[in-house]
Amino acid sequence: MAPLPSAAAPDAPVIEVENLSCAYESSVVLKDVTFQVSRGEIFFVIGGSGCGKSTLLRNLVGLHHPVGGSVKFFGVPFGAPDSAARRALLQTFGVLFQGGALWTSLTLRQNIALPLEEFTALSRREINEIAGLKLAQVGLGGFEDYFPSEISGGMRKRAGLARALALDPAVVFFDEPSAGLDPVTSRKLDELIMQVRDTFGTTIVVVSHELASIFSIADRVIMLDRVHKGIIAEGRPRELALQSRDSRVTEFLRRGDLLTTP
Amino acid sequence: MPATSETASAQAIAQMAGDALEVTLTGAWQITAERPAWRQVLGAAQPGRVRLKAERVERWDTSLLLFLFEVQEWCRVTGAYCDVDALPEKIRTLLSQLAVAHETSVPFDRSESFLTAVGNASLDTVVKARAYSRFVGECVLGAVRLIRRPQKFRWRDCVHEMQQCGAMALPIVSLISFLVGVTLAYTGAIVLRQYGGDIYIADLIGLSMVREMGAVMTAVVIAGRTGAAFAATIGNMKANEEIDALESLGIPTVQFLVFPRIVALGIMMPLLTLYADALGILGGMAVALGLLRIPPAAYWTEMLTIVDLSDLWVGVIKATTFGLIIGLSGCLRGLQAERSAAGVGRAATSAVVTALLLLVIADAIYAVLFNILGW
Ligand SMILES: Nc1ncnc2c1ncn2[C@@H]1O[C@H](COP(=O)(O)OP(=O)(O)OP(=O)(O)O)[C@@H](O)[C@H]1O
Ligand SMILES: [Mg+2]
Repeated sequence: MAPLPSAAAPDAPVIEVENLSCAYESSVVLKDVTFQVSRGEIFFVIGGSGCGKSTLLRNLVGLHHPVGGSVKFFGVPFGAPDSAARRALLQTFGVLFQGGALWTSLTLRQNIALPLEEFTALSRREINEIAGLKLAQVGLGGFEDYFPSEISGGMRKRAGLARALALDPAVVFFDEPSAGLDPVTSRKLDELIMQVRDTFGTTIVVVSHELASIFSIADRVIMLDRVHKGIIAEGRPRELALQSRDSRVTEFLRRGDLLTTP
Repeated sequence: MPATSETASAQAIAQMAGDALEVTLTGAWQITAERPAWRQVLGAAQPGRVRLKAERVERWDTSLLLFLFEVQEWCRVTGAYCDVDALPEKIRTLLSQLAVAHETSVPFDRSESFLTAVGNASLDTVVKARAYSRFVGECVLGAVRLIRRPQKFRWRDCVHEMQQCGAMALPIVSLISFLVGVTLAYTGAIVLRQYGGDIYIADLIGLSMVREMGAVMTAVVIAGRTGAAFAATIGNMKANEEIDALESLGIPTVQFLVFPRIVALGIMMPLLTLYADALGILGGMAVALGLLRIPPAAYWTEMLTIVDLSDLWVGVIKATTFGLIIGLSGCLRGLQAERSAAGVGRAATSAVVTALLLLVIADAIYAVLFNILGW
């Protein structure tokens, strides 16, 4: 696993978000969002379409600058863009974007090799071996020399996952990992996420609508709401589904057949 | 006083009953067919209440709703009472939804006053200029970092870009510069012949190609060909979140995407320009031979009396600058592109416009500068 920044406190929560507010030029999307994610947790961000899940994720990984509040990773403030502190933190992250976001001019192998070339001193042979291994892990063995345009959308997503895991990150962010995947692949992906967590103790933040995934792998969820512009529920998915008094929460979580899922 | 309006199938039959107007809707109401107009149905009547009912309506869709809505609006304006109770439940539900949608959709006013527009445009210019300066600054800082760790430079990408923007551009650069040479020669010949100074055609072509036209024409071709391609490629990467993927890893985009391209152009532009110079001179030579009967050897000797190495340097310096300008504009516009297909198109266009604008300005500055230096 990538070494944590030296200033990291060993037992601080992995992610501490305090009063985070996110906005685009014209509109505030989230206001005063506060939550924590502890080590080794599989943490889900759920909510209806357009409630700001991707926005939250982009603000967390520094692709967008929050208009207020603070984000700390391992007890270290995220720091100014382009600061050394932030660059050190970024190397401990893996991000899977909604569409996979593979670099189209590189083959799958090169896609996975790039972060390794940038941030490790491994030899070319070792890097190629790691790339092959990561691809095999997501079921894409044999596709190393394909370009992203030559594989299907679901395969791109899996390749994106392999790339997100290339540096054995301490925190992985997933934006809708199972959207556009068939149920079997989606289930395998869930298993892979579990396996990564169990093997490396990786902390995992997932944005998802997929009820099956929420109920099968989420340790804890927060639910965002578009009108409320913030968190309307937090807790274990099963408990929320059964006990929440908020109709917005129960409606969302019971849309699937509650009697069979939990 | 019955007023009837008929179309192929949809019908609204109005009948006055005391103060009330009874409107009966029949037939097939389809949005693709014509529907009766309320004004015609109404005729000259001034009812205090309108009662709507549907009879033998075979089929109906939004077209019926639009008609009913028109009636309701008219009633609202004139203060008449609109009675829809006799209509089927489904129609009434949809009608109320339409009314709600109508009320809530406040037109979003995107127009602005002249002063606001001028203000916004000025602010926009400042923002753009600042973005350009910041980008150039980032590139310089990145270049310094790269000089310290040259192994991070992506040579493979750079060589690929050099091939794309250099070798692949040879045919079009050849054609254009040869023709520019020919055109210049024809134009020059008109004047020079009048004074019997035919031979000076060599000086004219040589100087203008080497000092000016070679670099400018190559830059124009490359701006359209390569600058636009840079912007489109990078813009597309942005739309695909590929740039986000780089940033989220902490890999500087400047180092990964911009340098290989700018270096490629910075190397290829002077080479292409020298090549363009040669072909332009060749074009002039051809015209001199054909039109003015000047043998190539004489042409060459004459040209060498005026064109020297400093002129060649002037052209090469300009070409390198133009290359950097084209590369920077293309990459910057690509990085600024909106995340959509249309955004990519606009980025490509604006990359070419920016590059052409800046390179004409740079050319003018060089003209003054070289004049002062006496080159
Ligand atoms: N680039 C942008 N500029 C302005 N507003 C934006 C932009 N991107 C998103 N928004 C707005 O922010 C809100 C949240 O968007 P976001 O993409 O975070 O939603 P989401 O929860 O990820 O939805 P989905 O589940 O559909 O992916 C939306 O209302 C959207 O209109
Ligand atoms: Mg989203």
